[in-house]
This record gives sequence, structure tokens and C-alpha cells, in this order.
Amino acid sequence: MTAVWLTIAALALATAAIRAAGPVLLGGRELHPRLMAVVALLAPTLLAALVVTQTLGTEDGLDVDARLAGVGAAGVTIAARGSALLAVLAAAAVTALVRALS
Amino acid sequence: MRAGLPYAVAAGLVAISFGVVAEPVMGTVAPIVMSATVFAGSAQFAALAVLAGGGGVAAALVAGILLNARYGPMGIALAPSLSGGRARRATTGQAMVDQSWAMASRGSGRFDPAFMVGATLPAYPMWVAGTVTGVLAGDLIGDPGRYGLDAVFPAFFLALLVAELRNRRARPSAAAGAAVALVLLPVAPVGVAIIAASAGALLGLRRKTA
Repeated sequence: MTAVWLTIAALALATAAIRAAGPVLLGGRELHPRLMAVVALLAPTLLAALVVTQTLGTEDGLDVDARLAGVGAAGVTIAARGSALLAVLAAAAVTALVRALS
Repeated sequence: MRAGLPYAVAAGLVAISFGVVAEPVMGTVAPIVMSATVFAGSAQFAALAVLAGGGGVAAALVAGILLNARYGPMGIALAPSLSGGRARRATTGQAMVDQSWAMASRGSGRFDPAFMVGATLPAYPMWVAGTVTGVLAGDLIGDPGRYGLDAVFPAFFLALLVAELRNRRARPSAAAGAAVALVLLPVAPVGVAIIAASAGALLGLRRKTA
């Protein structure tokens, strides 16, 4: 149990420090325009990476499972101009359905 | 705050599954304290997985920190849009969670910090309350995968990504990020794959072609 609490305390402190690092160290300085162009692309790039890792990633690598069908259903919902919430619910429902059938 | 509501619902669902899977490993109180103090889903799941697998504190920490390391570049991106002294900036940084940060992006590298904080505010109580629910109702709920809850976050990220891709310049970077993550996933920890994928943003260094 000590290991659990030690992990929680250290991870909480480390996470707070990482979240504070950029805003504090960089101050209110303006970035060079070309660096701003990179910064502008961070959001789509990180989001794309998160979609891939959370759809296919497991504790020890990569696995194609029911999540892929669910996220696909979310994609269809979004393409049909459904809201983000509807897409999320479609993803959960289809993933659950595929698991129940397999 | 209204913009943060769909995410708050998604966060609540994911937090329930965290509570369910964490309770057998950590007990009743620890998962709730973890959600309240760490407030970062993927890192919490990663640290939990290591602890559950018999890994030590150091390994659990490294797994969690690797996943949260993305808040480094995200914070650098956010910094020029922040005002106020060090304490205030550091506090605003704590409101950084993937989806609020992405939704607060206003293009050309600008962010709306007030919007980000507002989008995070409803998610925090939902995150903690979801964890409490999962811990207490774990026996009733059973395997969260049965409800497809593990598809909730990637689906939400996809919705945010599609909105970002309306900007044509974002498309090559997003494709590169996805490709790097896909290639690294089988051979590297998830956190490393995400951080390495952020290099896709370096395509912004290319000169604008007309």
C-alpha cells in the first residue's frame, strides 16, 4: 500500500510541475513567428497521435480490437455532422456491441 | 464552460472505468485521491497498470510521467497567450487537459486561456465523482470494457481532431503524428510514442507555399 501512496504523491507533484513548466519558464515572451507556426500545429498533431494510441494501444504494444469499430462509428457520426457527445456515445455502443457479439 | 460539457460527460464515463479497475489494486481511497490530485487519465491508467503488474514505484512513476510529458510542449504552446505573474501562470497551467487545451486553440498558435479553464472546470468534479462511482459500484458494473468505455476518449479526441483538420495546413502534421505513433506503438511505451509523434508539428517550419 505504501507503494501506491508513494506513486500517487510523486505523480501528482510531477504532473503539476510539468503543467506549470511551460507557462512559468517561458514567461509572457513572444515566440519567433516560425516557432509559433510549429506551436499552431501541436494540437492537431498530438490529437492525431492520441487517437491512434488510445484506439490501438495496449499495456504492451498494439492490438486491433473492438475499439477500432467504435472509433470508426464515431468517425461516421462526425462525418454526418453529429455532435461530439453523440460520437462518443456511438463509439461506446458499437464497441460494446462488437464485444458482445465476438 | 458549456463547451466543456460533452467532455465532462466523457471524462465521467472514463473515470468510472478507472475507479472500477483501480479499486482491486489500490483500495477504496487511493484511486479517488489519485484522480483528485493527478487529474490526468492516461497517466493514471498507465501507473495503475504497472502497479497491478507488480512493477515498483519507480516504474509506475516513469510510465505516468512519460505520458504526462506531452504537457511540456503543450505548456510552451500555451505560454505566450498567458498573462499575469508566475503563480497565476502556473495555476492556469494546471487546467491543461488534452481536450480543453485543444478546444482553446484559436489558430496561428494563439490560445484562449479563459476558455481552457472554463472547459476544464466541469470536467474536474466529473472526473473525481466518476472515480468515486467506479470504486463504490465496481462489483455492480463489472468489466468497463463491456460498455465500450475504453472507446470514449479516442472518439472524443477524433471529434476534436476533425475540427482542427478544417485548417488544411494541419493535415500533413496530423498525418505524420498518427504515422509516428502507429509505427512506435509496438516497440515503445505509449508515452514515448505520443511525445515522438509531436515532432510532426515541426512541419510548421516549412515556408508557406503561396
